[in-house]
Amino acid sequence: MDLTFTPEQQAFRQQARTWLEANVPKPGVLRSLDTKEGFEDHRVFERTLFDGRWSVVSWPEAFGGRDVGIMEWLIFEEEYYRAGGPRRVSQNGIFLLAPTMFEFGTEWQLNRYMAKMASGEEIWCQGWSEPDAGSDLAGIRSKATKVDGGWLLNGQKTWCSRGAFAHRCFGIFRSDPEADRHRGLTYYLIDMAAEGVTVRPIGQLDGETGFAEVFFDDVFVPDDDVLGGIGDGWKVAMATAGSERGISLRSPARYTEAATKLMDLLASTPTGDVDGFDPRAAIADDVVKAYLDAEAYKLHTYMTATKVRAGHKVGAEASATKIFWSEVDVNIHRAALRLLGEGADLYEPVERGGVDLSEWLDGYLFALSGPIYAGTNEIQRNVVAERMLGLPRG
Amino acid sequence: MDFSFSDDQQELRNAVAKVLSDWCTPADLHARYVGLDADTGRAKGRWEALSGLGVCGLLINEGAGGFGLTDIDLIGIAEEAGRVVLPEPLSTTAGVVLPIVASTDAGAPLVVAALEQGHSATFGGVTFGAKRHKITTTIDGSRASTPRVANSTAEQFLLVAEVGGDLELHVVGRQAVEITETPSLDLTRDLATIHWTPSATTRIASGEAAGTLIEELLNRAALYSAAELLGLCESMLTLTASYVSERKQFGVPVGSFQAVKHHLAGARVRLEFARPALYRAAYSLATTAQTTAHDISMAKSMASDAADEAARVSLQCHGAIGYTFEYDLHLAMKRAWALAADFGDARSHRARVFRLVSAAKA
Repeated sequence: MDLTFTPEQQAFRQQARTWLEANVPKPGVLRSLDTKEGFEDHRVFERTLFDGRWSVVSWPEAFGGRDVGIMEWLIFEEEYYRAGGPRRVSQNGIFLLAPTMFEFGTEWQLNRYMAKMASGEEIWCQGWSEPDAGSDLAGIRSKATKVDGGWLLNGQKTWCSRGAFAHRCFGIFRSDPEADRHRGLTYYLIDMAAEGVTVRPIGQLDGETGFAEVFFDDVFVPDDDVLGGIGDGWKVAMATAGSERGISLRSPARYTEAATKLMDLLASTPTGDVDGFDPRAAIADDVVKAYLDAEAYKLHTYMTATKVRAGHKVGAEASATKIFWSEVDVNIHRAALRLLGEGADLYEPVERGGVDLSEWLDGYLFALSGPIYAGTNEIQRNVVAERMLGLPRG
Repeated sequence: MDFSFSDDQQELRNAVAKVLSDWCTPADLHARYVGLDADTGRAKGRWEALSGLGVCGLLINEGAGGFGLTDIDLIGIAEEAGRVVLPEPLSTTAGVVLPIVASTDAGAPLVVAALEQGHSATFGGVTFGAKRHKITTTIDGSRASTPRVANSTAEQFLLVAEVGGDLELHVVGRQAVEITETPSLDLTRDLATIHWTPSATTRIASGEAAGTLIEELLNRAALYSAAELLGLCESMLTLTASYVSERKQFGVPVGSFQAVKHHLAGARVRLEFARPALYRAAYSLATTAQTTAHDISMAKSMASDAADEAARVSLQCHGAIGYTFEYDLHLAMKRAWALAADFGDARSHRARVFRLVSAAKA
């Protein structure tokens, strides 16, 4: 056990810090990711990251990465959030699809897609859920029919994050209606500009269109854009789901950074006594608990990364991880709103300690989606119970 | 960055775990509850077997009869002691009392002698005794003027005194104290109240040195009880998972119902994330990191919460059988309740974390 970083890793951290401090835009400069213009602002920033070779540090150099290991990736992430880096518009591509591509993709697919994914030129969305297939993902009904040179897609996908403005979509479709429900699926890489694709943006809690429903009407996808084998869609999708729930989508830095700000917010909250109620004293324990949970998530991630480096493949523990980070995120932001008390729901920017307090409200709304997306936490608890504790399947 | 245990560390842990499983079975614990195990010789045999492995002297340097290992080597062993609900003070002796006593000039020879004598030299009683002692009120939670100690069958006790406003540490033999049994829910802990009078001959540290050592003593006690708590968690969840997989209602195992699954999964997730916090705390203590107190408070608060949750859902998922005296669950559950509160409960350690984080920024 050695919980220190090597001199090379420290140098890498310093290099990332210097670059990020010079290049990360100030808060509020980029417009909201979930609007058309904000989406473009974030793509421009992705291009800047890519040109500095900081957008995908763990990828091979050929696709714009630095070919560094998992520890260095975590270091980069810590620095990214420390510098106040914005949400990544390319996250569905670089964090979810990319690990699956490196595992299952053909050389042609890697050459065609990866660099454009890394630079933000092509933003990907996820086409999995359907109106009647959410938690029961294997129940999807959207179809793929074999035709000369490719496939025709028909059906409807929904809750596609970034779907309103994305250029491409990775989706699973039923390619063999006769086969067992887990075996008749195939994974496709789809052009959102193809004929027959209709996008209908959906307003989220805050009114902005972070996700969309997507309709497919005889959409042609060439054979080259099948990811993995025909009928292997479930297996390929589960690899992506592992990344989504495990360490690649939500690196701990996001939470430790928010948790540190939360501790500052507690420290700057005046003590008071109204009818025997001192909000600071009453909420302090929730605050420290959220802070420690964020810290624990970081430690757990370093522990997992140690195992991954030694060849371990993350399995059911990704479900435990997903439950934990999504609840940590909610708890951090909920504690912040409680500290703010009356007025926590105001959009009016109020600064305290260099932080715009309305950020806590935005963060809370975003955090609330965590226990729902990437497989609801109820589904993840079933997985933990069955695969980590050995309970019988229901 | 390497967050793993070495093969040697893993082997040592496994070797101790094997002895513990052989010598500390639920039957042994049930016997102890009804006062039988003294007759069977199991308790004596168990302590001899553990002493034979040299576990008590793991942190003591080789010149003094120990092995010169670190808290990173010992922490997993303490988890194993928790897993079997070991009645004897293995991790207290090895991880708390001996390293503190050995670090003083007056105490070092006592440790050498204790290790030479092997099993007969049980050290017990990490106590926070002096009246009005600030640690007594914040960490132990007790305001008693006399210390309450676990493992009162020990040969010697490490005790804290406040003399003329100064803190002192004493090692006192059992012949020099008056021991009054203090019954508690977990009968296997041998709780007692100790009446004693500090004297110059038993003093091993005073003044500023004593203050520093007491701080370390409390940190060590919190860390090693956190380790035992996680072992207890694992033990309760394993027992419960096995029970709900067999127990049938409505024609199916009750563990196939989501209501049961979600209870247990919630507790399992807490255990999963408390563990790295425990190991990091052991690492910080072993490497005398600046953040040691913070990291130990983090570990203890998470372990206390994890054990509390595991005990709660384990009882509920068992139904009435878990509420009986003859079934095994209460053995671990009662120890978990006791240790979750001892040496600072979850909330008091979180309060300390906030104080430390604020002080670091100021």
